[in-house]
Amino acid sequence: MDFELNEEQKLMLEEVKKVCSEKIAPQAEQVEKEGRFPRLMLLASMDLFGLVIPEEYGGLDMGFLTWSVIAEEISKACATTGLSFGANILCVYPIMAFGNEEQKKKYLTRLAKDSIGAFGLTEPEAGSDAGSVKTQAVKKNGKYYLTGRKIFITNGGEADIYVIIASTDPSRGARGLSAFIVEKDTPGFTIGQHFDKMGFKGLPNVELVLEDCEIPEENLLRREGAGFKVAMDTFAAGRIGVGIGALGVAQRALEEAVKYSRERVQFEKPIASFQAVQHLLADMATEIEAARLLLYKAAWLKDQGKPFEKLASMGKYYASRVAMDSTVKAVQIFGGYGYTTDYPVERLMREAKLFEIIEGTSEIQKNIIALKVLKEYK
Amino acid sequence: MNIIVCIKQVPDTEHLHEVTINPESNTLNRTGIPSIINPFDSNAVEEALRIKEKLGGKVTVMTMGPPQAENALRETLAMGADEAILLSDIKLAGSDTWATSVALTRAIEVIGDYDLILFGKQAIDGDTAQVGPEVSELLAIPLITYARKIEILDGKIKVERVLEEGYEVLEAKLPCAVTVTKEINEPRFASMRGILKARKQEILHWNLEKLKVKEEEVGLKGSPTQVIRIFSPPPRPKGEMIEGENTEEKVAKLLEKLKSHRII
Repeated sequence: MDFELNEEQKLMLEEVKKVCSEKIAPQAEQVEKEGRFPRLMLLASMDLFGLVIPEEYGGLDMGFLTWSVIAEEISKACATTGLSFGANILCVYPIMAFGNEEQKKKYLTRLAKDSIGAFGLTEPEAGSDAGSVKTQAVKKNGKYYLTGRKIFITNGGEADIYVIIASTDPSRGARGLSAFIVEKDTPGFTIGQHFDKMGFKGLPNVELVLEDCEIPEENLLRREGAGFKVAMDTFAAGRIGVGIGALGVAQRALEEAVKYSRERVQFEKPIASFQAVQHLLADMATEIEAARLLLYKAAWLKDQGKPFEKLASMGKYYASRVAMDSTVKAVQIFGGYGYTTDYPVERLMREAKLFEIIEGTSEIQKNIIALKVLKEYK
Repeated sequence: MNIIVCIKQVPDTEHLHEVTINPESNTLNRTGIPSIINPFDSNAVEEALRIKEKLGGKVTVMTMGPPQAENALRETLAMGADEAILLSDIKLAGSDTWATSVALTRAIEVIGDYDLILFGKQAIDGDTAQVGPEVSELLAIPLITYARKIEILDGKIKVERVLEEGYEVLEAKLPCAVTVTKEINEPRFASMRGILKARKQEILHWNLEKLKVKEEEVGLKGSPTQVIRIFSPPPRPKGEMIEGENTEEKVAKLLEKLKSHRII
């Protein structure tokens, strides 16, 4: 076992740290307060969009572990940038895993360069219960016509390429679902409502409105009926990404809390000298390290081509909980100042909550883990 | 366009307060202080890359220094430079700006084919701003300092040169040497592909023999300037606050003081 990053990973991380401290972190507050879309194109210009994409499609083929190490740094600097960057994977991965040669050539090369991606499954009445998707895809003369509404679509409106789940056979429920690659300028594809959120105000989460949206047959991923599998596999991979986002937020909370507790003097001593504060820091640091190891293992398993779904669920479930706990602790350490918007910890606390909800709620993660465990140890 | 960029490794300014002076040897003790590319030199590399991207050609980056200066060169390769040369020879140690310029000039002559030589306007450690001008003098080519904009015309270069108030526009024939300010551009971040590629790229090491430089031309022996003493300036004394009932009274007191010191 080797816990050391390799030389390439270290060099890449060093440059990413530089861009994070010089460009990404200083804009985090503006991104939140002005609801501005983060500077993803800066990351694209550094080839970061293509980290996991195979070289033959213009990527770097560095795998999910390298992606995780880098994405944590981005999320730590600005969680909105991190999550938007992570949401790309939800479009990249299904095309990588289920696309045919033409689809990969056409879309992965764009996504590896500078196209933003998004994924659309959630509907007003279909979230955790993914099988009850109402959006329909009707086939006519070699084309599919998609009609329905998708909600909470991360990167929606900014993204160029979407993977959309729709039903080609409503009578078959989850087994009647299919996945389509949809380009943003397709007639019948419009952006509806923008959701205003507790945090991540710079991250677009929108409604997609599909009205007889005409999709060529060749944009169907795999085959009709494969949509549920596409969605579930995409979510499994996406959970590593979302867990890493949570990890970045938790790590930032720890770093902010350590810095503040060393500077803040009460009773003529820095508050870091008080055991009550030290124990909070100790818990945060321990839990963050544990979350990181779970997620790194999930990413490593994925890169090895081994089953990773259980670890991805564990990592996402645990890291999002750690993010929530750590940010609450950080606010507590900051005291009154922590509750003001002058310091970043209140923002981190609002951000942390999202991770327990998206990409499968914590409850769904526990269902997945329990099912795997029950199967494993019978 | 074949462009040569001369760069220098300097201590990271964020750690500058950790640099100590060795009063015995009159040198700076930089042990454990991370090095960076002199910031103005990064602007020079960026400008060279932009010119190359527009007009084609080749960017060669060169530095004189100890073997660890390879790191700085590798960073420029990651940004997109084509070739990197390290002038490294124990006999070069102790070179002042003149001896450094002699070595760089010889290296440029070995390269031979060049249209433009770029430098940062000065290094943030020594602040001499001498090497660029000296190299141009030794090569007997035109020099334009403090560039904030460079335009390549047919066989000519047009440069906006920063003055204390405003700027002037100068033209020179190519080949030409130019030192650049930080206003000229914002250096790019290295791309991941660039980093991976630079890791495998060879950095040329040139010694005195390759440069055809005699031992006495460089190093301490070849350096006309010698550092006699190096010291930290005494901290600036605290300013004096002028107290008074109101602004008028304070201004009156200030004027009195200035007059008594014959400042006004």
